[in-house]
Amino acid sequence: MTEVALQVSNLTTTFGHQGTAVTAVDDISFDVMPGEVLGLVGESGSGKSVTLRSIMRLMPQHSSVTGRVLWQGRDLLAMPEPELRKVRGGEISMIFQEPTTALNPVLPVAVQIEENLRAHTTLSKADRGKRSLELMDLVGISDAKRRLTQYPHQFSGGMRQRVMIAIALASTPKLLLADEPTTALDLTIQDQILKLILDLRDELKMSVVLVTHDLGVVAATCDRMAVMYAGRIVESGPVADVFGQPNHAYTRGLLGSVPRSGTERSPLLSIEGTPPGLMNRPTGCAFNPRCEFATDRCRSENPVLQAMAHGHEAACFHSDRVKAAGWAGS
Amino acid sequence: MSRLNLPRPLVLGGILIGASVLLAVFPQLFAPYDPVAMDYNALLKAPSWAHPMGTDNFGRDVLSRVIHAYTIDMQIAFFGTVFSFVFGIIIGAVVGYAGGAADTVFGRIVDAVITFPFLVLVIAIVSVLGPGLVNMYIALAVVGWVFYARIIAAEVKVQKRLDYADAGRAMGYTPLRIIFRHLLPNAITPAIVYVVTDMALAILLGSSLGYLGLGAQPPAAEWGVQIADGKNFMTTGWWISVFPGVAIVLTGLGFSLIGDGLAEVLRTRK
Amino acid sequence: MGRIMTVTQTLLSVQNVTKAFPLPHGLIQRLRQVPPQAVHALNGVSLDVMRGETLGIVGESGCGKSTLARCLVRLHECDTGRVVFGDTDIASLNGPARRAFNAKVQMIFQDPYSSLNPRMKVRQILTEALSVHQMRPSAEIPARIAELLDLVRLPQDAAEKYPHEFSGGQRQRIGIARALSVEPEVLVADELVSALDVSVQAQVVNLLLQLQEQLHLTVVFVAHDLRLVRHISHRVAVMYLGKVVEIGPTEALFSAPRHPYTQALLAAAPELDPTRRTRRVAAKGELPSPVNLPQGCLFNTRCPQAFERCFKERPVLSAEGAHLSACHLPG
Repeated sequence: MTEVALQVSNLTTTFGHQGTAVTAVDDISFDVMPGEVLGLVGESGSGKSVTLRSIMRLMPQHSSVTGRVLWQGRDLLAMPEPELRKVRGGEISMIFQEPTTALNPVLPVAVQIEENLRAHTTLSKADRGKRSLELMDLVGISDAKRRLTQYPHQFSGGMRQRVMIAIALASTPKLLLADEPTTALDLTIQDQILKLILDLRDELKMSVVLVTHDLGVVAATCDRMAVMYAGRIVESGPVADVFGQPNHAYTRGLLGSVPRSGTERSPLLSIEGTPPGLMNRPTGCAFNPRCEFATDRCRSENPVLQAMAHGHEAACFHSDRVKAAGWAGS
Repeated sequence: MSRLNLPRPLVLGGILIGASVLLAVFPQLFAPYDPVAMDYNALLKAPSWAHPMGTDNFGRDVLSRVIHAYTIDMQIAFFGTVFSFVFGIIIGAVVGYAGGAADTVFGRIVDAVITFPFLVLVIAIVSVLGPGLVNMYIALAVVGWVFYARIIAAEVKVQKRLDYADAGRAMGYTPLRIIFRHLLPNAITPAIVYVVTDMALAILLGSSLGYLGLGAQPPAAEWGVQIADGKNFMTTGWWISVFPGVAIVLTGLGFSLIGDGLAEVLRTRK
Repeated sequence: MGRIMTVTQTLLSVQNVTKAFPLPHGLIQRLRQVPPQAVHALNGVSLDVMRGETLGIVGESGCGKSTLARCLVRLHECDTGRVVFGDTDIASLNGPARRAFNAKVQMIFQDPYSSLNPRMKVRQILTEALSVHQMRPSAEIPARIAELLDLVRLPQDAAEKYPHEFSGGQRQRIGIARALSVEPEVLVADELVSALDVSVQAQVVNLLLQLQEQLHLTVVFVAHDLRLVRHISHRVAVMYLGKVVEIGPTEALFSAPRHPYTQALLAAAPELDPTRRTRRVAAKGELPSPVNLPQGCLFNTRCPQAFERCFKERPVLSAEGAHLSACHLPG
């Protein structure tokens, strides 16, 4: 086994003051291997984006993050702020869903890339200019010289996301955290960006954590996936294994909610109800009110992740029944 | 449930304005003297137990006049804004919904009105119509609706882009129904906040016109008139002008506080 | 288990519709004699909606699918061309006739948060629709509201609640109930579920399918999600830059797409099966600006197979049975 690149253990993130605090991320642990693309999947309120931001300690005031995030032997959560700033945007970069708001509208793109180069490399001014051009090429923006002088509003949505990625790559990061990077984009542009991320992963030998709600994106890009529900990871494993045989009732429902060919106009395997909000998490397994397999045990006791097959874990008391019930994709 | 934790400005303002309304409706219950009764034995008396706010140059009790002035000044607050409010929101809602040429014409009217100082415009109109409260209300309405219309038009333009407006159109509802049943209730909040603050301005303006002799006419008890009465006695009888001034400040403050508090409440409710 | 349609009857016919939205033309542009510009949202769209079918309309942002949906219910007036319902041009309808048309062709909106008036209770929203269209005498309105809530699977106590008390999926049900209250023949659903969580999407899609069977509705389902469109549509129209580039029976269109854009779009949609992933980019380049449309075929800037003719002549929809495609390529 190669060494783990990022090791997250017992990460818990709460918002608000003691007594009235709500838990957005509840004691989750996962590893990211070098060169691996890990998908964090979930619906709104599942805590997937908060997880990503917690890793980088990009959290608003009145929130607390506990647990351990080991990056190359150092705990990001315990690291002093100045040291963390070197890691952020340096060894670990982040890209966001909305490139429009993540870019500074009043600065030309060149300045924004150079800014990152200056902060995280020792390159001279001339070299920084050269590197900026290389980065624009790398992310597939042609006519780089002219484009560098332009402002974000002169780029289309897909191009802006490419610029964001170019900025993120300026420091040759070893880990890219991507928060719904293609959700705001059209299908053909999403396809381009996802494949760009995969190519860059190969070229730069970096790991990627991809947060998304889109199972198609996971199936098409990720090596491993972790399904989140109500702040917890309920199932994780190699993508092919999880899609092939979901072990958690929620994963099964989620996969069944997506239409697939051959089942046209027949009812989808939907999940009743809606994902719980932060304020009203059910006791026991958070999924139990929506679960067709739920028993009394599920209503009182919170299941923990159990190894199912090698590398495939699920937190469900009834994974045998879930498996036996089959699902649309099997 | 939100009633239990109203913002403090709203509570304070509510107390001030509540008291003002009480004084305005039942002045005789609180005023120790007749506001226009002259007492030539007590001219220009400084504040004392008998006359807590002193007497003016005609021997009228200043406290009683300040209290009775609430009736007129609270009326000014109401009538000085209500017509602007009603006309303004109707015109603003229609203009905001219609857009196009109507909006362009309206824009020019707004520009024309706001380039004039408000007070000068009102004074000009009252001068033409002649002094008096009714003419003052007319002048305030003629000028003031523009401000309400502008607020509502802007808000209606935002609201009409939301899908519920289109849903109404797709339902075949008439424009009038969409404007007044759907858009206006969702657009009116800023105008309500504004009208309360505007009441404070109306009182200031009413007093200013009273002071200039264009609003309420003497011997009526009105704060502006009272301040004007006292202007020749500033050194010998400061109390004649100062106490009506304090009343103006307190009432104005009350309305402003309510305005702030309402803005807070209505904002959080959204 | 697609329903077999015995009679195919055109219910709603879109005939060569164009629609452009003028861009602001300010003083400076006028002084510099820049000609006024416009976003060309629809550039000659023709299609028929058959009674009882679900017609899917799919395409990327800026393809004009939402504008088309709005033209169908006359939220937009067409610049040229016409939309015919039954045998009347809907642009000619006024007063009561227009209101009757509005009841017959209803729209459901995308955004569950803005499509309901936040100051009205569900009961008020439904009562208004029922009474304006005089669907029921006022004494029967409460019973009808109860029926409608049942129909969309909302609990009865929903009537006395305000929209903000519901989740996104429930709000979409309220929107559906409002549309159904006037007993329409056609439902135009614009991105009905795209704002919802995946697990909730499935509930609403299931509901729509069921309501369609139950009430014999004709549905125009506008969406960007290929999987959803494929799942619920009998026929699908693919739009690109304000034109229908391909239209045909769902199965034929998805299994044998004829237009290069459809092929690219289908290839770009991520496979749900992780074992069948590819690293090839489906379509290079970006959408041209709808302000300055390309000459000839609108897809020629991105089409890997474009040849000379594609840059000169704009192709028209040509048929091969019920499957039409607008492309110069043979076959």
